[in-house]
Formats: sequence, C-alpha cells, structure tokens
Amino acid sequence: MTKPILEVLKLNKSFQVKSDKALFKKPKPVHILNDISFELLEGETLSIVGESGCGKTTLGRCIVRGVNASSGSVVYHAEDEKAVDYLKLDRKGIKAYRKDIQMIFQDPYSSLSPRMNVFDIIAEPLIANFKLSKDEVEAKVTEIAEKTGLNVGYLKRYPHAFSGGQRQRIAIARALITQPRLIVCDEAVSALDVSIQAQIINLLKDLQEQYKITYIFISHDLSIVQNISDRVAVMHLGRIVELASTESLFGHPQHPYTEALMSAVPQPNPEFKKERIILEGEVPNPANPPSGCHFHPRCAYKTEKCIQEVPELREVGYNHFAACHYAEKLQLRGVPIESAELQVN
Amino acid sequence: MATQAAHKEQPLLSVQDLKIKIQMESGIMNAVDGVDFNIYKGKTLGLVGESGCGKSLTSRSIISINPKECETSGTITYNSESESALNGLNLLSLKPTGKQIRSIRGRKISMIFQEPMTAFSPMYTIGNQIMEAIRTHQTKDKKEAKRIALEMLSKVGISDQAKRFDQYPHEFSGGMRQRAMISMALSCNPEILIADEPTTALDVTIQAQVLELMKSLQAEFGMAILLVTHDLGIIAEMCDEVAVMYLGKIVEQAPVKEIFNNPKHPYTKGLLRSMPRLGGNKSKRLDSIEGSVPMPINMPPMCGFYDRCKDRIEGVCNAQSAPKITISDEHTVRCFLYADQREGEVQ
Repeated sequence: MTKPILEVLKLNKSFQVKSDKALFKKPKPVHILNDISFELLEGETLSIVGESGCGKTTLGRCIVRGVNASSGSVVYHAEDEKAVDYLKLDRKGIKAYRKDIQMIFQDPYSSLSPRMNVFDIIAEPLIANFKLSKDEVEAKVTEIAEKTGLNVGYLKRYPHAFSGGQRQRIAIARALITQPRLIVCDEAVSALDVSIQAQIINLLKDLQEQYKITYIFISHDLSIVQNISDRVAVMHLGRIVELASTESLFGHPQHPYTEALMSAVPQPNPEFKKERIILEGEVPNPANPPSGCHFHPRCAYKTEKCIQEVPELREVGYNHFAACHYAEKLQLRGVPIESAELQVN
Repeated sequence: MATQAAHKEQPLLSVQDLKIKIQMESGIMNAVDGVDFNIYKGKTLGLVGESGCGKSLTSRSIISINPKECETSGTITYNSESESALNGLNLLSLKPTGKQIRSIRGRKISMIFQEPMTAFSPMYTIGNQIMEAIRTHQTKDKKEAKRIALEMLSKVGISDQAKRFDQYPHEFSGGMRQRAMISMALSCNPEILIADEPTTALDVTIQAQVLELMKSLQAEFGMAILLVTHDLGIIAEMCDEVAVMYLGKIVEQAPVKEIFNNPKHPYTKGLLRSMPRLGGNKSKRLDSIEGSVPMPINMPPMCGFYDRCKDRIEGVCNAQSAPKITISDEHTVRCFLYADQREGEVQ
C-alpha cells in the first residue's frame, strides 16, 4: 500500500480585490480556491486541469508556499514519517522541508535569471540547502546536468544562449538538484514546440522512475495530461469538480464539465468526426460567481436544483469523485483509450 | 477533395519561390527559403510548423507587413474574382506603403492575429476600430458603417452589440476579443482570410467556439483561409490541404487525409508520432524528435532536418538541399528518400 506524501485539507485562498467602479469602497475578497481537499500518494503523478482562471496555478503555489493560503492545511509526510503542516511552519521551520518540495515553472524565458550562468542557477538550491564543499557542488551539478540531457561544456554560459527546450531542462535540473520527493510542474511543457514537448515529457517520466519522484502536474492540455498522469483532478472556478484515475476519468467522465473539456480538444485525425459539445459563454468571473453549481450557466443538463444547491464533491464510483447532483444519472461521453489511436507508418 | 493538381480553376493566390532573407549580425538568415503554394476559393490551406520555421513571415509577406529588414523575393500572384483590375497582380512588386496594396490589405485579403490582447489599440473603442476598417474601404457614411459593424458583431456571436460597440478592448475577454477581431477582418467581405495562430492564446472550450465560428463563416461567405498553426489537431479539423514547414521550406504538402494517413517526410512522421493524443496508449513513451531546430544562418546547401533525421543518408542529405519530389498528383515531399521513385517515373 502506497502511503500519502501530501494531504491537502480544506484549502482556501482569497485575494482582496478593489472594485474598479467605486474608488473608495473597501476591497472585496475574491475566492480563488474553495475547500480544496485531496490526497497525494507517493510516486504518483496527479494532474490538475482546468481553464485559465480556475485557480490551478494558485493551488500549486499554495502547496509550495509561494503564496500563503487563507485557511486549510497541507500536511506533508516527511521521509522520517513525521507529518508536518507545511502551511503552519515559520521561516526557519520550513527550511528543512523546502528541499523536498520543488517547482518547475511555465515560462523558461522568465523563470531563469539572465544574470546568472547556468552552473550557478542549478547550484543555487544546493548551496542554500546543504553545506557542501566546492568540489562536491561541482560534482553534483555535473551529474544532474548529464541526467537532464544538458551539455556539460555549456554550463558556464548564460540562459540567453539556450533554446526553449534546453532552458526547460535547466529548470528541471534546478528543481532536481536537491533530490526532492515532490515536484510541482506548473504548465512545464506548455511553452514548448510539439517535438520538444515530447522530449521533456519523456525526461520527466524517466526521472520519476529513477528517483521515485511524485509530481503534481498542472496543465490545460488534456492530451498531455492523459499521457503522463495516474490520477486527474479537474478544476472549475476554484473547486475540484472531478477527481479520478486517468482511465476512469477519460473513459467514464461523471461531470458535464469534464465531458465538454474533452470534446473540445481538436483530434489530430481528419476522419474522426464527432459531435462536439460547444460550451456557451465563457468562464464566469470568480469575483461574482453564479449561484448553486458554478458550472450551471454553461451546463446542458442543468435543473432548478443546480441553480440553488452547491453540489459536494462525493464518491460516485470506486475512487471516482465528482461534484454533480446527477453524476450517477447522466450518461456522459468519454474518450475510451485507444479509440483515437492513429496509424503512422 | 479538390487540391493543387486536381484544381482546374485558377488559384486565388499563388505564391511562387518566396524567399525572405534577414541580415543579422552573425550572417544572413534564410528565414523563408523557396516556398510555393496556391490558395483556392472556399478552401482552407494549413501551414503547420514549429516556432521559427518561417510560417508567420510567409503569411505576413502576402499583405506586405513584414518589417523592413526582411529582404523578400519571389512572386505572389493575386487573381481577384470580383475586381479584374487586380487580376494577375504581383503583390510583392507593390510598394508596402503604396495605395494599391492598401486597397487590397484589409479589404480583399485580411488577417487575424494570434494575440487578441495586443492587436487592438487600447485607446479606441472596439466599435470605432471596426468602423475604421469599414470606412476606409467600403463607405464614407458613418451611420451605414455603424450598421455594418453592428451586424458583423452579431454575426460572430457577440450579444448586446450596442453596448459592446462602445466598450474598450480591455473590457472584452480573450475569446470576445478574438471574435471582435474576426468581425473586423470579415467586415469588408474579403476573398482571403489569413489566420495566424488564431486560437493559440485561448482556452480549449473557447478555441472550439472560435474554430466553429470560422467554419460557419467560411460556409457563409465562401472566403479562402490560410490557417497558420502549430497544432495538428486544429489542422485535422479545419483544413482541406496542409503544408508542413521546417526551417523556411515546405517539406511536405498534401491533402489533409493524405498527410495524416500517409505521411512521407521523416519530419512529418516525427511530428505525428511525438504528439500525445486523447485516447492514446498511456504507458507508451512518446517518440520524440531528438535535438532542436537549428538557426538558419549561413546554412550550407543541405537538408535542414539532417541533424535530427533518423533516416538520413550521409554524403547525400548533407551535400545538397533536398529536391521537391512528386509522390502523387496532390502530394509533394522534399526528401532524398523518395528520389528513386522520381527517377523510376521519368524512365
């Protein structure tokens, strides 16, 4: 039985936002995350998908404490089996655990300092977290650089001399150097070209196998998510609306939003004709969310109940959670694995 | 499905041997290196490739909006259906700031850009900007222009047009802005619409809306679309014909089904394999193309894909640039692997 490495409990985050209409009115809190709870098992890849503005990046940042959550807890089970609430640690206390939880950012063009050479970028977390001699640091950096497919001869160069894919490798090396147990990948491959994307995904998978790393993979691209993850959480307007294993979620979605998201992905197969579900309108404004189920204005199956009652995230199948009043009754279309498989000679 | 050779009719736009050179500090960059394609009425041609392959420069050169540093040669012949005065005109021979190209740009050939955030001026209302296009090309009458603008806004599915007309771009969401841009591009009923990554900045659900909208408007107005994208999924869904670009060259061109079912060029094959797709096998590793795209600066004459190609032939592929080989009437590929077939046909 695999143990949980991280437990997120009732995580809330709100930002104070000033109204743009009234100059002297008090700022209003906007709830970006609403009661997010999930468990992360050691060695798995959990993907978080959703449209822009749904709070997936904020969730990732709350977990690594890039931003402080408003309430809730993130319990981290350290290697020595000690459980600590990551959110309640003070500056000194958190230092012992920082090296265990690392992050890879979306844009490799802005996440690397242009004034540091690549060696210094990769070595920095090592120097900050461990007391090592110069030679040890050099040996470690060289080892990681080789593992991530960087040319060791180029380590004294600056980031501008590298292409997007190479930069993302640098960012991965930097996250990996402290031997973390958990890496939060925030849209780690979104900025890359298709052929480079595949290289980085393969690299992430290889590293996971080798070092037994757990990933939280934040992405908007369902095709990549399906390829890389063990479990998937779908977010809509600050809430998790569906959480299940990859096979179960893609094969038998239980939430209309998941169904619509999947049907919107263009399939690279000209013969594949399908009835597409086009969602009307756009993502509602989190400052002024709709009543009841937040998805009801765009949902094809809505009833009076959806407009009034907020559905809870509940277990609707074996390890399959969905936040929809009618999860059991609806017959939703998924994408069965391999149906869209294509012959390439 | 009608395509290049099968077409009896004259192409609306014919690009022949288009070359774009940019003088850089480190040498001359051959950003676009001998590109040919035709665009036909009511059809969609997809131009697909990775960043830096020259697909945007190619599409922009049609309406002469590339920066001054670009040294462009070749011919782009425009055969207008509605105006015989514009028939057989070489668009590249026109002065980029001249009267003639300005009468075509935005009226006969219009363009939608990738970033709906930056393509509108933040200083003017959306309505004002759409009306500007109409008043420049169609009618001087303000009231009539406003009527057309409102009608176009409703065509692209913007509700409450009267209110939206007087709003500024920052009050629109990304999807709305892209709709407004499409309505502006189509307001003068162009014959050709160039769409440069029209949905890249949008969410999948909004992307689906915009693609659907473009399809229905094409059915209504019958314009030709040149769709520039890096997403093979969008290509499969939208296009009749596809041109795959790599390092400034079209390496393969064929009808959409042919590209997906019978790809020939190693790069096309690699692209299709490296793409994760919904419903694909999860445990399988993705086939990636090794290495990265080189910079086309001071390139010797050789196949640009040589360093990354699994099927490369030493002494052949790196000795000269690959010839264009005809696989069938509608299918051409630039690769030495198929050179024998051509010789066979000649004999």
